[in-house]
Amino acid sequence: MECLIGIQGKDFVLLATDTISARSVVAMKDDHDKMYKLSDKLLMAVCGEAGDNIQFSEYIAKNVQLYKMKNGYELSAHAAANFTRRNMAESLRSSRSHLVNLLIAGYDNEQGASLYFLDYLASLNKMPFAIHGYGSLFALSIMDKYYQKDLDLAGAKDLLMKCITEIQKRFIVNLGKFRLRVVDKDGIHDKGMISPEPVKAA
Amino acid sequence: MALASVCGFKLGNENSYFGLDVNGPMGVPTWDDALTISEKFTVPCDIDLQSGIYKAFTDDDSKVKIQFHHGTTTLAFRFKHGVIVAVDSRATAGPSIESQTVKKVIEINPYLLGTMAGGAADCMFWERVLARQCRIYELRNKERISVAAASKLLANIVYDYKGMGLSMGTMIVGWDKKGPGLYYVDSDGERLSGNLFSVGSGSVYAYGVLDSVYHWDLSEAEAYDLGRRAIYHATHRDAYSGGVVNLYHMKQTGWEKISQTDTTELHYQYQAEKEKAKK
Repeated sequence: MECLIGIQGKDFVLLATDTISARSVVAMKDDHDKMYKLSDKLLMAVCGEAGDNIQFSEYIAKNVQLYKMKNGYELSAHAAANFTRRNMAESLRSSRSHLVNLLIAGYDNEQGASLYFLDYLASLNKMPFAIHGYGSLFALSIMDKYYQKDLDLAGAKDLLMKCITEIQKRFIVNLGKFRLRVVDKDGIHDKGMISPEPVKAA
Repeated sequence: MALASVCGFKLGNENSYFGLDVNGPMGVPTWDDALTISEKFTVPCDIDLQSGIYKAFTDDDSKVKIQFHHGTTTLAFRFKHGVIVAVDSRATAGPSIESQTVKKVIEINPYLLGTMAGGAADCMFWERVLARQCRIYELRNKERISVAAASKLLANIVYDYKGMGLSMGTMIVGWDKKGPGLYYVDSDGERLSGNLFSVGSGSVYAYGVLDSVYHWDLSEAEAYDLGRRAIYHATHRDAYSGGVVNLYHMKQTGWEKISQTDTTELHYQYQAEKEKAKK
């Protein structure tokens, strides 16, 4: 039911997540933060099994920090994504695996902005745009149609708004507000919360 | 010996405290650091956790006839003057009411309260373990544990036993340096902080009343009434909730028990108020 959206622009990545924390049919929280800061220019959005999401993402976040302390330099976005994938693959083959889906957004001085899509089966892909959850059923085609390379922030936000509005209109579950963050050369920036536009009669 | 284990004091052989063998059967340590006590509670080896053999006691459609006690309404909310905790007192096992006088608020220490929903035994046991860990933290650090840390200790313990049939939905309420604290912790390993939570089969009814009245600047009297009312309305609609409403207030000076009111009394009181308003 959860929804994570990532869009890579010219020199940034835009991440958006829904903010509902649900137990069975009850929304316990409507301002839940599903993003974890891995380092100054690395941000991870997480959804999936309750408990697993916190434990897994904190484990990854702390290990990325530990790597920096041990070696004196940071993991690149590519390296961090592959580190996360390996942990996911190993957990998948253990007695109890972590059932979480992730988006990893990073900015690298050499490689620029990048967005990685990682699911609970440990399949890792570098994507220009990516969506986790039921929202992808409604929004991926919109992304396919309107996504362009080298989007600026306003363009990316417009595209995101199109996706969220469609999800709001066609998906029976209310996902509430979406939290926005941007990763670029200066780090991670909070872009507040957005609410989908009210559904208009067709 | 308890003190030795708390201090990590070792004598003689590295593997023994006072000549006791540290390693139990299967090489699992039987003496351990107090803050990692959950590792001491061992499970049989070679067991496939995902086969869910423990789940038989909590799943409704299992053939196991002994079912854990279930069904509850508990609520807690933060507001200007602290945190209110209100719970019902009914324990059910399947269709039968087993008790009307259950204490569902667990007094962990003078600054921490826990609530009980789901398996009564699980909540009681693990919150007692939590109480012990919080006390040890206090002794070691010469200051009280924060609500965030206490709830995280509990969340980490139950996460270790995820998928093994633990059943608990609890709210950890307290007062620390940051002021009033409220966390929701459940046996999935979920841990959320927030202003308003309700847990249990009657929670949906309690939410209805709470959401329509709640705001941050409630007076103490208004908050007490809201807590009682929300539980009352939940007990009215939810067959698995009932008995009395236990109401606690977490203040800067620690928790205080405000009232214990029979829901029948509340019913006639609210009914009378309604009649009066009509006229």
